[in-house]
Amino acid sequence: MSITEDQARKVAHLARIAVDDAALPALSRELNGILHFMEQLNEVDVSGVEPMTGVIPMRLRRREDVVTTGEMADKILSNAPDAREGFFAVPKVVE
Amino acid sequence: MSDLNSLTIAQARDALRKGETTAADLTEACLLAIDSAGALNAFVHHTPDMARQMAQAADARIRAGDAAAMTGIPVGIKDVFCVRGVPSQAASRILQGFRPEYESTVTQNLWNAGAVMLGKLNQDEFAMGSANESSCYGPAVNPWKVDDRQLTPGGSSGGSAAAVAADLCLAATGTDTGGSIRQPAAFTGIVGLKPTYGRVSRWGVIAYASSLDQAGPMTKTVRDAAIMLGAMASVDPQDSTSADHPVPDYEAALTGDIRGKRIGIPREYRVDGMPAEIDALWHQGAGMLRDAGAEIVEISLPHTKYALPAYYVIAPAEASSNLARYDGVRYGHRARLGQGDGITEMYEKTRAEGFGPEVQRRVMIGTYVLSAGFYDAYYNRARKVRALIKRDFDHAFADGIDAILAPTTPSAAFGLGSVDSSDPVQMYLNDVFTVTLNLAGLPGISVPVGQDRQGLPLGLQLFGKPFEEGDLLNHALVLERAAGFVAKPDRWW
Repeated sequence: MSITEDQARKVAHLARIAVDDAALPALSRELNGILHFMEQLNEVDVSGVEPMTGVIPMRLRRREDVVTTGEMADKILSNAPDAREGFFAVPKVVE
Repeated sequence: MSDLNSLTIAQARDALRKGETTAADLTEACLLAIDSAGALNAFVHHTPDMARQMAQAADARIRAGDAAAMTGIPVGIKDVFCVRGVPSQAASRILQGFRPEYESTVTQNLWNAGAVMLGKLNQDEFAMGSANESSCYGPAVNPWKVDDRQLTPGGSSGGSAAAVAADLCLAATGTDTGGSIRQPAAFTGIVGLKPTYGRVSRWGVIAYASSLDQAGPMTKTVRDAAIMLGAMASVDPQDSTSADHPVPDYEAALTGDIRGKRIGIPREYRVDGMPAEIDALWHQGAGMLRDAGAEIVEISLPHTKYALPAYYVIAPAEASSNLARYDGVRYGHRARLGQGDGITEMYEKTRAEGFGPEVQRRVMIGTYVLSAGFYDAYYNRARKVRALIKRDFDHAFADGIDAILAPTTPSAAFGLGSVDSSDPVQMYLNDVFTVTLNLAGLPGISVPVGQDRQGLPLGLQLFGKPFEEGDLLNHALVLERAAGFVAKPDRWW
């Protein structure tokens, strides 16, 4: 499999990273180099092997279903590039 | 007592307890060393006021007879750890100006133990890199130098490694996703320990690849690694993957006796093109363990070769998901928007400006391998290969192997900027001996064992059984004693 410039543009958009058209040839070349390297994985017989979900066998711990924290809107907003009246502010989303 | 900053944790602890020095004096010595080491670019955010306050509190605690092992010990913290009120940006522009309102569990544990915070340490952006070249602060520089070239301290914990090797602090924290503690430790002649996945909490550690990330100590000696791991590790309800095992006394495990232990030498690590010096060092290391009474056994880990490509599928996939949170809304950088730009343009411009080239590459690769049509071919296949890699280790340990010995890196430290940046895979090959351990979730430690013909440090790593860090450290102690590595970089900075 190899990535065309069009596919590179599509991947960049899916990743929400702006890429100039002029940068697409180099980007697709780099991505292809990495994907080519990954293709070694096709040599491995993985029949009957389950994909690993957790490296240490453990049951996810459970806790009481109770509120443990909250009431800290100011702290949560303190690092926002734009916060107004207790909310994160973003450019207009709905026309 | 001169050169307080060059003490080990154990030496400083003992001197503090005997009243031969104070936390305040130790801290001043480190702050002075840091001030004159700007050329290393190791410390990127300085916290001298905090350090002095914490040192005072530590001295009061010592006087009150309430000192823990790390009380009064000045340490550096990798930028990836959130420290309340202190810039914490994982060396990324996208977190410019971010001051966390909360504290990572690891740093909280260290402060509870009385450790002193000197500042934040340089690293690769989001811990993605093997040379510290992808940092928004510019690269950290290796204190080891043999000619005109500036050498990399390795990555991603390059600032931590440089700071410890140059005696700017007594020890530092690191994180290791594919070798980011062990490789820089090897490149700078120090000890670096990656604990078992789940041993150290990931709460408050800025995430790269959550199924692989693990924090650990970077220290001058194996004993110090034991002391510092004991302070960093905990069972943490804030991290659902934190393992429910009590933290033992790791220092007590350092008996220096490994008689009758079986050490595996994995034949697959003898890769094509491995420098003769590295191979020779490996043989010497095996000889040292044999002389200490261990049995050396050749073993096979047949899927070793596939660890690197599996890692470079799984880690970017997890990164693409973890780094989705950097959207210009909640923290850090937001791009200046043009007329008519909507929220999508805000995301795209913010991320293009905020992420460096290597992070962008990994996020896009991760996006690609997780996208419809490729998920099975790449991501699921890589996770199956990961299961096989872990199985290789399970078999070795089930066959009675106690620890595994391998080189840490395929070379000594190389020149900054010397790896062709147009071919990212060349840089990835640095991780060939280290990534297997992260994929298998096992603990590993790099110990400085020798120098190459130019005089640069070389390390060997030992792999241990899950949650048997004490036993692993004991093997490492034997290797450290036998190797007798005492060389220090000549001061040029």
